[in-house]
Amino acid sequence: MNFSTLRNIQGLFAPLKLQMEFKAVQQVQRLPFLPSSNLSLDILRGNDETIGFEDILNDPSQSELMGEPHLMVEYNLGLL
Amino acid sequence: MPSHMPCRPPALPLLLPCLVGVYKHWRDLSHVSGLSPVSLATFPTLQVKNAVLEADFAKKGYKLPTARKTGTTIAGVVYRVSRDPRGSVGKGSCCRAHQEPALQEGPCCCCGAGTAADTDMTTQLISSNLELHSLSTGRLPRVVTANRMLKQMLFRYQGYIGAALVLGGVDITGPHLYSIYPHGSTDKLPYVTMGWYQKLHLCDSELRSPDKRHMNSVFISDLDPNASVPAMGAQEEEAKKLVSEAIAAGIFNDLGSGSNIDLCVISKSKLDFLRPYSVPNKKGTRFGRYSCEKGTTAVLTEKVTPLEVEVLEEIVQTMDTS
Repeated sequence: MNFSTLRNIQGLFAPLKLQMEFKAVQQVQRLPFLPSSNLSLDILRGNDETIGFEDILNDPSQSELMGEPHLMVEYNLGLL
Repeated sequence: MPSHMPCRPPALPLLLPCLVGVYKHWRDLSHVSGLSPVSLATFPTLQVKNAVLEADFAKKGYKLPTARKTGTTIAGVVYRVSRDPRGSVGKGSCCRAHQEPALQEGPCCCCGAGTAADTDMTTQLISSNLELHSLSTGRLPRVVTANRMLKQMLFRYQGYIGAALVLGGVDITGPHLYSIYPHGSTDKLPYVTMGWYQKLHLCDSELRSPDKRHMNSVFISDLDPNASVPAMGAQEEEAKKLVSEAIAAGIFNDLGSGSNIDLCVISKSKLDFLRPYSVPNKKGTRFGRYSCEKGTTAVLTEKVTPLEVEVLEEIVQTMDTS
């Protein structure tokens, strides 16, 4: 996302609002070790209408390894 | 240890003899078939290398076998029948086992030469993107859209995706034919050829056609609808014949292409895959048995040495089957 161009064309508020929306969407997530489709993030970035190699290959929902659930949640909550 | 940890595949030393065997086999075959490594190396597409594996092998003194190109020749022609525009796209492929069909994307059809996996994946990717695009805009996709998507993607990868494509199709603006090179440049032409032997059979298709004039006259007549359009009863057949002759020139004159000619005729109403359109060099059948039976050669001496194998170490790793 090219925020500098957007700021030059549409003013300061456009990139600010977009970045606020990104931050908001990234906060509402599942537990850290569970896979998430990140649908709202995709829509905001404009990736919902295209398919690229990153959607087919190395799909995180199909990865063979999974993190240790307890450790990851403790790390996220700062208890570790 | 969590139960979902994957088991590691067998170590490299086990794979090594297999790969060396394959390399030797390929090297021997290459002399027989006339495809010397030199002729393969001069074709300017990327040699796909697995750097880590190669470094490992180099330490042991072996060389990895090189990737095999598809050895395909592709051609396309745009022709018209009265006011109904059509396009015809054809392709001759390398070996029988390796017959890639011309892949379809919406109203267009795409033939690929170059690295087989690259052409396959690229066409599928662009086909999905074209479908998504048409769903989002609510309109039928155009050939020029597919062309632009392809060239932007190929340019982004700077030619490392070795896909040379001929893209043809009919949309509401008419029939179009594009040739797309692996680095991302495209040409829009009334007839195109690509692949192993594109230069020769482009000449061939030019020579064989009173068509060149014919093509131009057809094109000109399209630009000026008042010009007299020559009687085009068998235009479709002529175009098919032209394309298949061009590909046959590639098959017979180039060591890298061979066996089948597949055609795809695209028009507003239909999309015909003529697969195979012709098989110009069928493999002949043998008339007699040329193998020798067991016992033809007399055995003079026989010595059997049993190898004693000793079990040094036994590791048991139990699977968690709960």
